[in-house]
Amino acid sequence: MIRRVLQAVGVLLIVTVITFVLLRLIPGNPAIAVMGPQAYRNPAAIAQFDRVYGFDKPWYGQYWLWLSSLLHFHLGYSWKLNQSVQSLLSNHLPKTVFLVGISIVLALLFAIPIGMAQAVRRNKFTDHFFNGFSTIFYAMPAFLLGLLLILIFAIKFPIFPPEGPQGEGVGVLFTDFSALVLPIATLTLITIALFSRYMRSSVLDNLTEDYVRTAKAKGASERRVLLRHVLRNSLIPIATLLGLLLPALFAGALITESVFNYPGMGYLFYQSALNQDYPVLLGITVVVALATVVGSLLADIAYAVLDPRVRYVSQ
Amino acid sequence: MSLASGSPEPIPTDIPPDPESGIEVAVVAYPEDTDTAVASGLLPAGKPRSTFRRGAEVFWENKLAVAGVAIYVFMILFCFVGPHIYHTNQLQVDFAHQELPPSAAHPLGTDANGFDVLGRLMIAGQISLEVGIAAALLATIVGVLWGAVAGYVGGFTDSFMMRIVDAMLSIPTLFLALVVVSMVTPSKPVLILVIALTSWLTTSRLVRGEALSLRTRDYVQAMKVMGGGNTRAVMRHIAPNAVGTIMVNATFQVADAIALIVALSYLGLGIRPPQQDWGGMLSSGVQYVYDGYWWLIIPAGFCIVIVIAAAIFIGEGLRDAVEVRLQRR
Repeated sequence: MIRRVLQAVGVLLIVTVITFVLLRLIPGNPAIAVMGPQAYRNPAAIAQFDRVYGFDKPWYGQYWLWLSSLLHFHLGYSWKLNQSVQSLLSNHLPKTVFLVGISIVLALLFAIPIGMAQAVRRNKFTDHFFNGFSTIFYAMPAFLLGLLLILIFAIKFPIFPPEGPQGEGVGVLFTDFSALVLPIATLTLITIALFSRYMRSSVLDNLTEDYVRTAKAKGASERRVLLRHVLRNSLIPIATLLGLLLPALFAGALITESVFNYPGMGYLFYQSALNQDYPVLLGITVVVALATVVGSLLADIAYAVLDPRVRYVSQ
Repeated sequence: MSLASGSPEPIPTDIPPDPESGIEVAVVAYPEDTDTAVASGLLPAGKPRSTFRRGAEVFWENKLAVAGVAIYVFMILFCFVGPHIYHTNQLQVDFAHQELPPSAAHPLGTDANGFDVLGRLMIAGQISLEVGIAAALLATIVGVLWGAVAGYVGGFTDSFMMRIVDAMLSIPTLFLALVVVSMVTPSKPVLILVIALTSWLTTSRLVRGEALSLRTRDYVQAMKVMGGGNTRAVMRHIAPNAVGTIMVNATFQVADAIALIVALSYLGLGIRPPQQDWGGMLSSGVQYVYDGYWWLIIPAGFCIVIVIAAAIFIGEGLRDAVEVRLQRR
């Protein structure tokens, strides 16, 4: 277990190296990028900028500066928005967590019964129907699904607004609920398509296990076997999967947020990419990577707790 | 193992035979195995069929996979041969004919610049398909090399190389690609490179696992005892056995690469105007959604979905064909 935690720390360290290298790869002079081409006339200002941001140090000094500021939760200062990255995040991150969280919960509520139904009625109509459903939504890019939902539910039949809740602060999420419906629907449908496939194969694997035969031999009803034995065991891999699919969900959130102008972290990332606001881009990258690494670590721990057959042996 | 963990209550002795018991499932699951054991030359029953032949048969039995191949053949003809048959003006902006609904002259209408949408679809598809397929191939090559080296060398090199993969996997591909693409002016080769360099990770993991498990297989060990070298182990035994898995993965890579290039272009950071791919067509059509100009969105969206779905169908068909042991039909 300690070994696994150390591994996670190592992975995070490599993430900081990768983001640091990316920061160094930026073409041109960062001082010019921030202060504009006029700065060429003022070498003193450039020198000042380089000193303040540590660009005058050798690369290892710069890396150390970047790492130690990360350890103090200083993610940098936006070049375009005149705010620190952490204050931007404190405004945008909760909205993304809200969007992704609700979508995961809703998706699990749908995907678990769908996957089970598919596995139990394998190669019958139900299976093929939901298989087609999940393939279509798996193949459909999030922005296309979002656009179609807007086209149908906001323009043809104006039931919901075509944009996510606007405005600063987290409070707007709770005042403008109808604006949340389409973004959440988009992300949820795509997440269901991801999860139900895994749920199906997980249930199929478990149906052939010996304990199913034992339970049936003892006279347990079909329903009891499915709900008490198979369902529980099939959920274990889904816990791990949640950790693994977190990056895909963040990517889905980025697209969804940019389609609906939903002011979350993905939207901020997208705008920063358009504006070449690198401190924000790399700050968010580190946060997302941290979330993924911690997520998969928790998933592994949950796996060990839920499944008595799995134990981490320290070597 | 599971039997031992049963509950302490006594097992009733007079259970009526349950027609839907797990035993039946187990019986259904394996008949092909005995079949293949007989067919692969244990009995002199006619000509022994090769693994490749058997795999191909399984693949052609899979209707969805065959449909996937048909879709790719059609789309490639549509995009690369189509413009030579269906001539349209895609160079001069024609404001006299902008945003026309579908008609006999323009089967899918025209866009905001007066370009014929059907003709535009063909040219845009060339970019999406070229970038998607080339990036998937390149990603596969990088991933296979990385994974094979890590798996075959082992030890510290292996764990270090795999931690790098873990680190890159923890950053969503789209995020990584967006950072890189915002730094450089994307052209077709640049995009192929960016997508390939951000999506080889899963392949490398797979190949490493495959290399690790194949290296310890009995037949490879036996060959080594008989004096075969490393080159022979890799070329004659490990590579042919891993090639199926790699092919399956490469097909899924095509689906992911097309999804990524289309998403980047939709976000305005992929292929830049005047060139357009399907994602670019969608993103310029978005402004007119509110006017109800569906033909600026639906055709490009349809192409994206069927091309990605077709790649998934082919990949699943190939996987069934490769995993001969798992044929359960």
